[in-house]
Amino acid sequence: MIKYTLKRLLLGFITLFVLATVTFFLMKAIPGSPFGAEISQLPAATVEKLYAKYNLDKSIPEQYVIYLKNVIRGDFGESLLRKGTDVTTIIAKAAPVTMKLGAVAFVFSMLVGITLGIVAALTKHRWISNAVMVLATVGVSVPSFLFALMLMIVFGVQLQILPIIGLKGPLNYIMPTVALSLYPISMVSRLVRSSMSEAVKQDYMVLARSKGTAPFWVIVKHGLKNCLIPVVTYAGPLVAYLMTGSFVIESLFSIPGLGGEFVTSVTNRDYTLIMALTIFFGALIIIANILTDLLSALIDPRIKLEKGKTAA
Amino acid sequence: MNLKEYNKEMLTREMFQPLDKSEQNSEFIAMETKSFARDAWIRFKRNKLALLGLIFLGIVVVLAIFVPIFSPYTYEQMDMTALNANPSLAHPMGTDRFGRDILVRVMYGARISLSVGFSSAAISLCIGIMYGGIAGYVGGKTDMLMMRIVDIIYSIPSMLYVILVMLIFGSNIWSILIGICISSWIGMARLVRAQVMSLKEQEFALAAYVLGASTKRILFKHLIINCIGPIIVNLTLMVPSAIFTEAFLSFVGIGISAPAASWGTLANEARGLVETYPIQIIWPVAAICLTMLSLNFIGDGVGEALDPKKK
Repeated sequence: MIKYTLKRLLLGFITLFVLATVTFFLMKAIPGSPFGAEISQLPAATVEKLYAKYNLDKSIPEQYVIYLKNVIRGDFGESLLRKGTDVTTIIAKAAPVTMKLGAVAFVFSMLVGITLGIVAALTKHRWISNAVMVLATVGVSVPSFLFALMLMIVFGVQLQILPIIGLKGPLNYIMPTVALSLYPISMVSRLVRSSMSEAVKQDYMVLARSKGTAPFWVIVKHGLKNCLIPVVTYAGPLVAYLMTGSFVIESLFSIPGLGGEFVTSVTNRDYTLIMALTIFFGALIIIANILTDLLSALIDPRIKLEKGKTAA
Repeated sequence: MNLKEYNKEMLTREMFQPLDKSEQNSEFIAMETKSFARDAWIRFKRNKLALLGLIFLGIVVVLAIFVPIFSPYTYEQMDMTALNANPSLAHPMGTDRFGRDILVRVMYGARISLSVGFSSAAISLCIGIMYGGIAGYVGGKTDMLMMRIVDIIYSIPSMLYVILVMLIFGSNIWSILIGICISSWIGMARLVRAQVMSLKEQEFALAAYVLGASTKRILFKHLIINCIGPIIVNLTLMVPSAIFTEAFLSFVGIGISAPAASWGTLANEARGLVETYPIQIIWPVAAICLTMLSLNFIGDGVGEALDPKKK
């Protein structure tokens, strides 16, 4: 277990390093000056100073070394657009917002998805299970941003019962959360439905029933435990989904989080911020994947870690 | 009456006559033999939703290809006399704020969305089969190294690649395509590798080897052809995810730029007018959702049709 954990951590570090390197050289490959076209209008001395400030007067390998050293120290430099503000400060301010929304959406999609999946697998009414499956297919087909847009039009503009801007009160969370969760709910309910309908046929379920355990507790204690494994392996991809989903949801609902920052930094070509956010997102997702792998290994003793199960 | 007497009485010699010649080949398969593709098609047709999806997608593809021939407008042609017009005979879906015909723009949008979807699936197919096939067939250290590289590429969300590539090559269809293809082949490669690894241990692969077939022949003619089912299923799921990525980026405003329009761009443009002209946003949204839905239905249908367990 320890050996496996170390191996996963090492691979995670290598991935981060590769990501940092690739981002660096891609940024260097962008044609034109990072300060835009208006730089040619500045006096030469100012330009020189500006370049020296961002170490742009040094050779590319030198810049790369400086950059790596700074990244390790967590120093990503100043935002090109918002002069005088450290990129780290921007991230530190925006990250909690995204994390909060992400955590709410995570819990919501897991709860709803698992409940729907169990209901669909166990119900005696065919139409309920069909309805869940239709919802699941629609859920993976309707892009989150369009769903968010429809919610905004209906509840925000037409009915005006939910606020459409910002993330101030609990009411503000409803629409972004629902919009973000539609896709994961569909995925989770599909996973749970198929593994639950397998699980109810197993001998241990019959045994538990015949020993006189109440049906509810059989489902929760024996069924649920066994159908949670595919759900846990989905947790890593889910975190990645919530992160990329936040790009558009945060821009749509004007939420001051990482996703919104990322989109604006891309449209404004704020290179230092783009680099820092890319690495930050990458790190978050890598950590989530490692945790997922370890967790699913802990839950499911059948997974043999030493054989090098690849990350999901 | 004991068993012996019973037998003597009930089982006469006449009951054990040799069969007539005409009845001897009852093991013969009476049903007409079907090719793999025909069988899959028959089973696919049974799934009505999948068939519906295929028909819808077919219509969209035909419209997207032939729109320049029959449409009286181009996608950037402005009609200043009809700004934000409601649907009418001249403009079945109305016009946008520059007086451009929305129906024509939606059809041109289909060109972009579908080309992104299908080309990225095709490219991923080629790379994935090569990479996964080699890793699975060679095995050992090579496989280990190749799979670690895949792990590294895969742990970064594809959206980040696309955005980084677009920063360099600009906001056009090509950079989106390149960005998507950086990581979209990985699912395919993993699948092919796993299949090849188990198939290469089977007797028919050994037989081919003993008969002197070249590695290339064994890999492509024997191993990969045998995992064509899962490959096709994976392929049908890849198309909607690529279409989604493109629409997502264009919707946020960092994808395809004006005046060219994908469905994402159209939805983004109509977003600003949603309070005054809500009808404009319905068309691109419907186009994306229905196409994604059709593709997912087709994917499910193909998955069922090719799954030998569900015969």
